[in-house]
Amino acid sequence: MGTPAARAERSPVPVLRAERVTKRYPGTLALDGVDFNVYPGAVNVLIGENGAGKSTLMKLLAGVERPTSGRLLLRGEPVQLESPRDALRHGIAIIYQELNLFPNLSVAENVFMARERTSRAGTVRHAEQEDVVRSLMARLEQDIHPATLVDDLRIGQQQLVEIARALAQDVSVLIMDEPTSALSTAEAEILLRLIGDLTAQGVAVIYISHKLDECLRIGDHFTVLRDGKLVAEAPAEEVTLDWIVEMMAGRSQASLFPRSVHEIGAPLLEVTELSLPRPHGGGFLVERVSFTLRAGEIVGVYGLMGAGRTELLECLFGMQPFASGTVRIGGRELRAHSITERIRAGLAFVTEDRQRLGLVQSLSVAQNITLASLGALRRGPVLSRPREREKVGAMMRSLAIKVANAEQPVTALSGGNQQKVVIARSLLTEPRVLMMDEPTRGIDIGAKSDVFRIMCHLAREGVAVLFVSSELKEVVAMADRALVMARGRITADLAREQITESALASAAVASC
Amino acid sequence: MLILRLRAYIALIVLVIVFAVLSPSFLTTGNLVILTKQVAINAILGIGMTFVILGGGIDLSVGSIVGLCGMVAGWLISDGLVLPMFGVSVFFTVWIVMLLTTLVGIAVGAINGLIVTRFGVTPFIATLGTLYVARGAALLLSGGATFPNLVGYPSLRNTGFPALGAGSLLGLPHPIWVMIVLAAVGAFVARMTPFGRQVYAIGGNERAAALAGVRVARVKLLTYLISGFCAAVVGLIITSQLAAAHPATGNTFELNAIAVVVLGGTSLTGGRGTIGGTIIGAFVIGVLFNGMVLLGVSEFWQTVIKGAVIVVAVIVDQLQQRMQQAALAKAPA
Repeated sequence: MGTPAARAERSPVPVLRAERVTKRYPGTLALDGVDFNVYPGAVNVLIGENGAGKSTLMKLLAGVERPTSGRLLLRGEPVQLESPRDALRHGIAIIYQELNLFPNLSVAENVFMARERTSRAGTVRHAEQEDVVRSLMARLEQDIHPATLVDDLRIGQQQLVEIARALAQDVSVLIMDEPTSALSTAEAEILLRLIGDLTAQGVAVIYISHKLDECLRIGDHFTVLRDGKLVAEAPAEEVTLDWIVEMMAGRSQASLFPRSVHEIGAPLLEVTELSLPRPHGGGFLVERVSFTLRAGEIVGVYGLMGAGRTELLECLFGMQPFASGTVRIGGRELRAHSITERIRAGLAFVTEDRQRLGLVQSLSVAQNITLASLGALRRGPVLSRPREREKVGAMMRSLAIKVANAEQPVTALSGGNQQKVVIARSLLTEPRVLMMDEPTRGIDIGAKSDVFRIMCHLAREGVAVLFVSSELKEVVAMADRALVMARGRITADLAREQITESALASAAVASC
Repeated sequence: MLILRLRAYIALIVLVIVFAVLSPSFLTTGNLVILTKQVAINAILGIGMTFVILGGGIDLSVGSIVGLCGMVAGWLISDGLVLPMFGVSVFFTVWIVMLLTTLVGIAVGAINGLIVTRFGVTPFIATLGTLYVARGAALLLSGGATFPNLVGYPSLRNTGFPALGAGSLLGLPHPIWVMIVLAAVGAFVARMTPFGRQVYAIGGNERAAALAGVRVARVKLLTYLISGFCAAVVGLIITSQLAAAHPATGNTFELNAIAVVVLGGTSLTGGRGTIGGTIIGAFVIGVLFNGMVLLGVSEFWQTVIKGAVIVVAVIVDQLQQRMQQAALAKAPA
């Protein structure tokens, strides 16, 4: 923040610097020789697509992970961060994208977790902690009592507690990974003001957000990552929205997104007045959603985080017993909220959370692929090994799953190949409607292109594809039709020629 | 790596060699038959337990089911099914008695499975509850007394019950045959059927299995049924061997069953393990005990050693898994 003149006066010496850092995970190269400068008293914006390596870089700076090679310099001195606690001792704090709070404890207890203020006898001085938290809450303009259980707070308030936790310590570098994703507009405003206060005090803020307008508003320095590599670094004066988009995307889009001509057929999936109430009352996660999906059609669902896109897919897949409304596939109404029944009816769902909901880590690649279609691989009561091998082999060839041996544990695969394993499992059930939630999240560019190729191939065969994406470009390039969701409702239903980045983005923030 | 993977077999072979050298009576046919009969009890319970643990559960009630089923068999043979409203007792042939007894075991397993899947009670608590309930029911059946001398009444044509425990076929005692058959069927079901694969999947990642369309509740329920069935079979074998049913029979057997499963390399968190491993685990425990008895090791030391062996086995398991993961992480993309 501040005027350009004030910015120029600031010391150009970075407080924290990553030099040629590389991080390798089993099967993926998450960071490849990246340099990253963090300037004090400034908002250092880090930009990149999903899977570009932003979160990995932050984990290195916060001491959660160690780099495979390269080094970190703090105020010019090389430093080894062995643990988050160690990083904190050096004045580096992180606010994660996922909430890391203890819902069963109070706000004050959360803020002081593992750094409790204690008396000489070793007991916790609750009153003192609550006083500190009260003043933190005042800074955040929140009317939250320090003794409130975190579980009783709204998600946005919980995010602010997470921020208070970082503020309660004496930090010189504060990392914020998508801090506003769960906040209301008013709460986000408070946070952005607070960031201005912090930088005025000399704190270096590292800011990661998908909301580019937000970044442009508060950013002082911009760094762009792509595919684990540093692609650009520039002060705010030289940065424009076009520049960011160009740097993030890089390659020519034509090679990434295969477009194919496929015929759009008869209505296949008809959804009417689908609603899902919030678990604790007070509104809907999905509200009166109606749409039709035709055979051979690729439909993208765009929206911001928390717009109800994932919940919509979950309702369609029978995962939400309290969903109301009707779902018809090929004219037949699906009444039971049973996943097994929905799969049998021809629905398939590739979840966003590959690790927790997609893969069975203890099983082999082949066993993961056949898990949803064991019934079809039976001969009498017995699994037919030859048939299993044959089906797995065919799937691995057609999806280009790169693994030497299908009997290997699925955990040996790279993210992109793991994603293809989950997709292969869905395809083996021979679905008529394939739903994919953020199918390209956290996978490399080659695998992304493969996923899109698979989508086109399925559409040509008459499968209806419904995919959720937070990437504007993906929706623009791939979708025959786009649905935009905001606050649980569909705010736009755009035909092929109407789909533009601006049309999607404006519908995503529409207040219905 | 290979040594680690075959550790259970190696441990068993080493134990057999050590005891064979130290005690001349160890490798005699008589001793081996006794040993295997003891092993059969733990192995059969372990087979059922393996399914439950593979699916991410635990069954603490098997010892009590052993006791209850033994008492049910004893009661049906000596008193018959008493129907007070008609003032008669119905006696069954031994085959029907065995069938009804296994149905009781399966029913208790069903109760376990329903408590776990319908009401979401953690398996530890659910089966701890049935541990007490089934033991209490066993005591109630006779008012705490033993049903002695279960040879049946020739006039009622229900004789022959002791043959299950005491008889033999082709030189091998019946309990050993039962173990062999159940182990073969168990291993087949675990490896070769969709049900078996689904058990592994649920133990590995229950939510992912559910999303793949696996009927999680049904599959888990079945694992408890299998465990209940196996416990009933053990109840029948022991009662038949003694020709008497005592309500305290099977006390703490659940711990032995869990021990042989874990010793056989099955992960207590589910998803990893084999029936074959469990059988080996049962033999390791059996050989260890039998050998120590022959060598005159005190009973107290036997208990200490058993505990130590179990813990060491699990530590070795953890080591192997960590080495595997490290090997995976090192492999480049």
